[in-house]
Amino acid sequence: MASIMHKSHDMGLHTEQLAGRTQQRFFSASEEENYTYPWSFDVDFENHAEFDAEPMSSTEVNLKIRELMQQGVGSITVNNPQAKHALGVGILNRLKLNFAGSLGYFGCGLIDGPNIHISGRVGWSCAENMMAGTVLIEQNAGSTFGAAMRGGDLICRGDVGSRTGIDQKGGTIIIGGRSGAFSGFMMQRGRMVICGDAGKNLGDSMYDGTIYVGGEVEDLGVDCVPGEMTENELKWLTDKLGMYDIEPVCGISNMKKFVAGKQLWNYDNLEPTEKKLVL
Amino acid sequence: MCGIAGLIHRGNSSDIGAEMTSMLQSLKHRGPDSTGFALYGNATPDQYVLRFKAAEQEDMDKGFGMQDIIRKRKQQADARLAELGASIEVADSATEYSWRYVFRFSGNMRNLADYLEDIDGVEILSIGKALELVKDLGDAETVSDQYSLRSFQGTHAIGHTRMATESDVDIRSAHPYWAYPFSDVSVVHNGQLTNYWTLRREMERRGHRFMSNCDSELIAVFIADCMADNEDLESAMIRSVDELDGVFTYLVATSDQLGMAKDVMAAKPMVLYESDDFVGLASEEVAIRSIFPNEIETWDPYHGEVKVWQA
Repeated sequence: MASIMHKSHDMGLHTEQLAGRTQQRFFSASEEENYTYPWSFDVDFENHAEFDAEPMSSTEVNLKIRELMQQGVGSITVNNPQAKHALGVGILNRLKLNFAGSLGYFGCGLIDGPNIHISGRVGWSCAENMMAGTVLIEQNAGSTFGAAMRGGDLICRGDVGSRTGIDQKGGTIIIGGRSGAFSGFMMQRGRMVICGDAGKNLGDSMYDGTIYVGGEVEDLGVDCVPGEMTENELKWLTDKLGMYDIEPVCGISNMKKFVAGKQLWNYDNLEPTEKKLVL
Repeated sequence: MCGIAGLIHRGNSSDIGAEMTSMLQSLKHRGPDSTGFALYGNATPDQYVLRFKAAEQEDMDKGFGMQDIIRKRKQQADARLAELGASIEVADSATEYSWRYVFRFSGNMRNLADYLEDIDGVEILSIGKALELVKDLGDAETVSDQYSLRSFQGTHAIGHTRMATESDVDIRSAHPYWAYPFSDVSVVHNGQLTNYWTLRREMERRGHRFMSNCDSELIAVFIADCMADNEDLESAMIRSVDELDGVFTYLVATSDQLGMAKDVMAAKPMVLYESDDFVGLASEEVAIRSIFPNEIETWDPYHGEVKVWQA
């Protein structure tokens, strides 16, 4: 561990110093975290439809999904997505959506509620600003995976690119393989679980949140420090990874935890409302 | 934002002209200003292919006098090639302002290149035994049709769709760049180099020439400089990742190799597909899928990664 702590040592951040009130909330894995909008469509999960995306543009595919939801279809399979960009975006509805193939950039962004399965790979910025639901990718993912994500579970069974969970504000990102450089960059809340190796500058400039790593960490970013794993967290990891049938090679009990040193940014113990009273 | 693509058929020749046209056309949205191809055909011993231009496309709007100027430049180029002992065997003109020569030559290639480019307005796009470099304004299909590239057979290719951000919309600033004076070496790049002027001055002091103010040309010159010191392609590329500052992903090709390098922050995209007999790379998977409609397994190369494949 000493070899990866040099940046933190340079800044005098060699111990976990949770000086401020943590913003982290620990839900149980079984707790309902999904919310629905009053204007969302009433769909039946037993009502299934599928269509071929090969001759369609991205907009046409997304409109087709919306049209099917309007008709009450709750389970949709999209065949031949052919790595087209921005598929499955802006779905603010409960829905079982299956992409039989790979998605391009910005797939499944701004979603709130659907359970999406992708049998192939996804490009950059998958599930950006995701708010609730699940996105499960069977193969690899590109960079900025789960950028600015706010809630739900985002899972990639394979490897992901750099800046995974950049600006993450909530939810859980699970990576079955390894993750690239700057994972957890400016992370603010939520949890990231990397079962394989993590690239350099892990958790650089993170405000809060927690990163768990099963493999080797190439390098820690500024103000990212090792944390102490608790029994509660081991149970949460066991439950959460078990839900998706993922297990790190090293075993869950040997995973390492990283948190914000909270020395880089200006922290205090006041909630915004309390601060208003003080000021 | 630009789009780059590369492909290599390991051990056999294929329709790389049509394949690269398809890949680059699907990346048109990443760069509509110009498109460039570096295609590697089947080399003939002692025979070189020269691609050069005597004007920019926009110069053709300058009036009838331009035709005379271009004709004189070409006559000068022909005379200088003959003077140096180059024997021209095939002379084709793809446009009013660019030509493709197949010639035999046993002298110093750098002298030949310098002597030709000494003619005002003449720029060599490429010289090689296998390499044919074509670039012009417009999308991939426009350029491919203009230069009849769809029927091109070969082993590997790289290409580029350009969105001009730091230099002009002209052929000179379009990619690929030939790594003057090394025959058969070409480069395409997506990104920005922040130590361009520092390194450019260093390279100029070492005797290298720059034809444009495009930062991407620096990569070709840098690789050429390393190879002048007898470095192999892979070690030159590894050195480039350390010494080039900025965000970049670039592809470089030689007569029998294709290489890829990514900056240490992995800030520019690249998707890779590799099978036993084929390697395809592109800024977006849609480009690879344009020639592989069925599901394939692809992934992102990692930060600071350098890979080289043999044809």
